[in-house]
Amino acid sequence: MTETTTELPLTVITPRSGWLGVSRRELWAYRELLYFLVWRDLKVRYKQTVLGIGWAVLQPVFLMAVFTLFFGTLAGIQTTGVPYPVFAFAALLPWTLFARGLTDASTSLSANRNLITKVYFPRILLPAASVLAAVVDFLVAFVVLLVLMTYYGIVPTLAVAALPLFVGLAIVASMGIGFWFSALDAKYRDVKYTLPFLTQFWLFVTPVVYPITLVPDAWRWLYALNPMVGVVEGFRWALLGQSFTIDSFALVSVAVAVLLFLGGIAYFGRSERSLADVV
Amino acid sequence: MADPMLRVENLGKRYRVGQLETYRTIRDAVTSVVRRPEAADEGGTPLRGSAGADSYLWALRNVSFELGRGEVLGIIGPNGAGKTTLLKILSRITVPTEGRAEIRGRVGSLLEVGAGFHPELTGRENIFLNGAVLGMKKSEIVSKFDEIVKFAELEKFIETPVKRYSSGMYVRLAFSVAAHLEPEILVADEVLAVGDAAFQKKCLGKMGDVAKEGRTVLFVSHNMGVINRLCPRTILLTDGKVVKDGPTDEVVAHYLRSESTSGGQRRWEDPQNAPGNERIRMRSVRVVSEGQVAAEVDIDQPTSIEVDFVNHAAGIKNLFVNIYLLDSGGATVLSTASTPAANAIHEEWYGNPHPVGHYRATCTLPANFLNEGRYFVSAFVVTLGPLQVEARAEQALSFEVFDTGVMREPGGGTGWPGAVRPRLPWKTEMLSGGVGSSSSGGESR
Repeated sequence: MTETTTELPLTVITPRSGWLGVSRRELWAYRELLYFLVWRDLKVRYKQTVLGIGWAVLQPVFLMAVFTLFFGTLAGIQTTGVPYPVFAFAALLPWTLFARGLTDASTSLSANRNLITKVYFPRILLPAASVLAAVVDFLVAFVVLLVLMTYYGIVPTLAVAALPLFVGLAIVASMGIGFWFSALDAKYRDVKYTLPFLTQFWLFVTPVVYPITLVPDAWRWLYALNPMVGVVEGFRWALLGQSFTIDSFALVSVAVAVLLFLGGIAYFGRSERSLADVV
Repeated sequence: MADPMLRVENLGKRYRVGQLETYRTIRDAVTSVVRRPEAADEGGTPLRGSAGADSYLWALRNVSFELGRGEVLGIIGPNGAGKTTLLKILSRITVPTEGRAEIRGRVGSLLEVGAGFHPELTGRENIFLNGAVLGMKKSEIVSKFDEIVKFAELEKFIETPVKRYSSGMYVRLAFSVAAHLEPEILVADEVLAVGDAAFQKKCLGKMGDVAKEGRTVLFVSHNMGVINRLCPRTILLTDGKVVKDGPTDEVVAHYLRSESTSGGQRRWEDPQNAPGNERIRMRSVRVVSEGQVAAEVDIDQPTSIEVDFVNHAAGIKNLFVNIYLLDSGGATVLSTASTPAANAIHEEWYGNPHPVGHYRATCTLPANFLNEGRYFVSAFVVTLGPLQVEARAEQALSFEVFDTGVMREPGGGTGWPGAVRPRLPWKTEMLSGGVGSSSSGGESR
């Protein structure tokens, strides 16, 4: 015993602690667990499947095919010069990231009840890991977009450098709402039943199948309150070149996403302390 | 204590009675909010408004103690005394309602082995996942990996998904990961009650090593023998309060005395509170000697222990009753069961379907068997395939054995040393007559 007791870090347990529930120091100390949780989510998701990670590609590709047939060909939606498959896929990529991340994050606490009631760790890692696992799927499916763009000979402009920002925005939006929903889901299982309906609805208030120009200008500010509007707009602008622009309404999306994220962390931190008792 | 590793001051935890149900819907919350404003509150937050105090339950109240470096503390108490709640607060799984605790260094908690195991993942993958969940660094897991696998004796199955493991293998792997965690403070709950006897012994040894390495350990168990061996100091919790804190033998003796009724009989009048589950409920445990219920039995008379239980599930097979006898220090004197292998006579029910009904299992201890002293009876109703303890009544009652007979005289009142005091057949033979010529002096006739 060379060290003295006072050199060891002190943890104080009291009925109420800080606003955030966890300290940044602690989150940093648990960073490896975050990695392992993402790794577990991915491993488990594709265990005993024939296609494995191929499912990450297949889902958005199927949706793209369906949308191309019904909205592109049959309904003849105008896509300002870009072939409909690329138009739809560039939006489906961040959309799938958002929707999958949100869905998995929202149920992450109730799905890991066994863990929460038996071991301590910063609980916010669970919804965060769910979203990060969706990011890995996103990266795999991104290869398909590159193939599509090459096939149609679309060359992105310099704006492509801004793409990581919009990926980040999708992650922030997905996590932010995921924090809210997961904390709610721990207490109220209604969340689980709301999710499929909510994501379907959300898909249609996001310009995935149609261009944003279909929305009347007078309503754009309201429309932009949906953070995914900014994300999808940003993706098309960054990837598909001159025919798409991004306007100041995107800032509304950014602001909403950041607010949801910060609010989500605060709400989660408040709920976290009683999680093991209610989940 | 100058530099305690752990200081607990007036710790308390309150649950709202009825909030422990896992399913809550918004509709429930809305209806209960209408009735009582506090109902939608999170569990364990301080009382506000006008809710009656009777809708809350203090699982823990005014608990204070300190632990120095390298101290091993046992925590005992009846079910529902707050032992697990205390460990959950100290391992930060749940928050206290009042009071505070100060902890120096990393806390490792073993509230249940295998938390975070995923059935689809292989043994190797689960070691990494579980290690990370318990707070180990990846480099730490890598360096201990071989040791963990070796301890669990699972070298051959490490690439197999754990869903294909037997329950014994699963538990061995889980304990092995947890045992290789090296926290400054280890908080453990009944984890030794796992696996087969040989592995249990190994686990116990490992726990002993942890204590010897100078780590601070809090250990909850119902097994008084284990507590006695591992912990020099013990705290007795009852109804969420510290009833006694001191040297283990004193605290255990106090607990056993207070816990067991000494009337020779323990009955559970209310079936809901009786040990058991919806399949099997215990009714009573009693000690019978010379034809009547007795708290004091004569050593010269056979003594019967009767366990009454009700079977609610028709057709259960392979059901047996298991009895432990503990001495006043908590050491197990004997254990016995109504299985054919352990039974001296033929027993008609074991292995046959048990119709719904009231049953009584009687075990007879021979006369002149247990030594003088106080004995505690723990009774269990167990079913096999897989092994499941359906009803457990630990230290259900106690009885005293008195030696009043002929054997009192030679000991001169101090009694015969030893755990048992049998009357054994003795025979003395004369092997040869006379005495040799070398013996000193002749005898005059």
